[in-house]
Amino acid sequence: MTQIELRGIEKFFGAVQVIHNLNLAIADNEFIVLLGQSGCGKTTTLRAIAGLETIDQGDILIDGKAVQHLKAADRDIAMVFQSFSLYPHMTVFENIAFPLRATRMSGGEVDKAVREVARVLRITDLLDRKPSALSGGDMQRVAIGRALVRRPKAMLMDEPIGALDAKLREEMRAEIKRLHVKQGSTTIYVTHDQIEAMSLADRIVIMHEGFIQQVGTPDEVYSHPANLFVAQFVGSPVMNIAEANVADEAGAASVMVGGAPKGFEFPRALLSKLNGHSNGGLTLGIRPEGVLVRHDAAPGYMPVEAQIIEPLGSFDIVDLKVGSSMLRARTKAGYVSGPGEKVHARIDPEQAHFFDTASGKSLGVRL
Amino acid sequence: MAAVRTSSEIALNRVAIAAVLIATLVFLAPIYWIASTAFKPKELAVSVPPTVLFQPEVTPFVRLFTKRVQMQKTVDPQVYEAAPWWEKRIYDGGERVLKVGKDVQLSQYPDRFMNSLIVAVISTVLAVGMGTFTAYGFSRFKIAGEADLLFFILSTRMLPPVVVAIPMFLMYRAVGLNDSHIGLIILYVAFNLSFSVWLMKGFMDEIPKEYEEAALVDGYTRMQAFFKIVLPEAATGIAATAVFCFITAWNEYAFALIMTNRRAQTAPPFIPSQIGSGLPDWTTIAAGTFLFLLPVAIFTFLLRNHLLRGVTFGAIRK
Repeated sequence: MTQIELRGIEKFFGAVQVIHNLNLAIADNEFIVLLGQSGCGKTTTLRAIAGLETIDQGDILIDGKAVQHLKAADRDIAMVFQSFSLYPHMTVFENIAFPLRATRMSGGEVDKAVREVARVLRITDLLDRKPSALSGGDMQRVAIGRALVRRPKAMLMDEPIGALDAKLREEMRAEIKRLHVKQGSTTIYVTHDQIEAMSLADRIVIMHEGFIQQVGTPDEVYSHPANLFVAQFVGSPVMNIAEANVADEAGAASVMVGGAPKGFEFPRALLSKLNGHSNGGLTLGIRPEGVLVRHDAAPGYMPVEAQIIEPLGSFDIVDLKVGSSMLRARTKAGYVSGPGEKVHARIDPEQAHFFDTASGKSLGVRL
Repeated sequence: MAAVRTSSEIALNRVAIAAVLIATLVFLAPIYWIASTAFKPKELAVSVPPTVLFQPEVTPFVRLFTKRVQMQKTVDPQVYEAAPWWEKRIYDGGERVLKVGKDVQLSQYPDRFMNSLIVAVISTVLAVGMGTFTAYGFSRFKIAGEADLLFFILSTRMLPPVVVAIPMFLMYRAVGLNDSHIGLIILYVAFNLSFSVWLMKGFMDEIPKEYEEAALVDGYTRMQAFFKIVLPEAATGIAATAVFCFITAWNEYAFALIMTNRRAQTAPPFIPSQIGSGLPDWTTIAAGTFLFLLPVAIFTFLLRNHLLRGVTFGAIRK
């Protein structure tokens, strides 16, 4: 049972504020991912929870107890570093046993605990090796083992698989998920990789420039991004963003992008939900899969010209010229034969997002 | 690296090997000269042309360790016959070994050698120890004026030590530190410390701070993390620093000559003082020098793996 709560955390590096009034409550057994670009404050937040970084303001509560003044050693938290930080002069066994040696555990108990963790992580064969004789994946397993062995209140992971190659990363991602499901512990995981975040997290915390942008389940941040930053940061290929104007046209709403004379057809209900943003200051966001493309004309579809086609194996990304702007659409592989081809496109209103251009905030329009 | 080596690569490799061999010979030549002279009969030591092939003998070492006087007349044959082999060698050279009763009087060489050992070992341990802690502090913590402090530490080496020798001697005499082990140790530590700090700082900077952070999170204090993680990781650097500090302290001549004359005198100023009156006894001096070289050679040999291993760390990904 471990709940972690961050209340009003502020952190400065010199004159630079790297964390702004950060509030976050993490439930027992929850897998939280802090997601953001480098320099967004996610790692600093994690290190502050671990006790490796002091905070200038606010409280860090573990099970309701303020710990911000406690040393790292006294917080009963384990951390996995991106660099793995295995001690080179110790064997794998000694590395995993190291946290237990700090306690008054007897040799027999240590041996038992290490072997149990090694079994779970499938590294029993490697116990006598030195870290330098391990592969990247195994190093990471050992690093996780060292964190797990103490049965800490919470696990912190700082880009634990960021240093691995793509294939191994995928494998280890699944492994971390498996471990979390099996062992269950409150986990805070830092990454800049949105796929890792989506696949692992119970809830994702998206950070940017020291501010939390959005906290939500993977589905929430993907389907209902709180602002333009989240909209563009989460999801691949990236969401289309375009300045838009909305007009009332004969029983329907017409959303015009890129100064195109004709707009995309939306339900009329849109008009009442824009809070006065219909004439300027409105940004439309639409993921490529929300841009529907077909060869022949159909009601609601607009003729457009394909410009660039990126084949990505199972699907293509097609750049469509709409007025002066470009919309990227996701189509079946080979559906659009080549640049210059005239096709018809529409925007799926249910997948469209509307943002206030100035603040970037989502208008929360759901159609 | 190419799997198949071209002929030009092979040729280059041979040239490199030849160059290394020549360099090694050049560096070893004085060592060879000292070693060979130490085993030469006295009269061959300064022969022209130099003698390369000779019957080696240990008489120079016997002379090195004993107190002797010239004999005015030849030795009594009965006494000669009763003498042990090494004493006969002394008689052969027209000298006799000084004795008190039946006890052979040893020369001062073993004492001076011991002084060198005491001063060099203790000053090395202190300089490396203090240097390691200081370097760790500089490497890991934000210190106001860090660059200035480091420069200041280095600046203590910018003056030739001999320049301060006379004032130091006067001060030492005033406080009674002259001709004492502790006096020399203080000097050598002061002299080696800047070197030790700078060298160890480089090694400390190479040790990723994540190691300690991992240990801190794993339930250890910073002090424990230092001893359990940083120190073992810094072993290579400590060994290298220790070798250099030891060599400097072991070979130091100027301060030892000025600051010590009897009780605490080290071997370097003592050995040449044995040239003595009359003809210089080069073989005895060479024997003293030869033995004096051994501790450094052994120390360096024992630590060679650390010196060669460099500062590569296998288990961290940067």
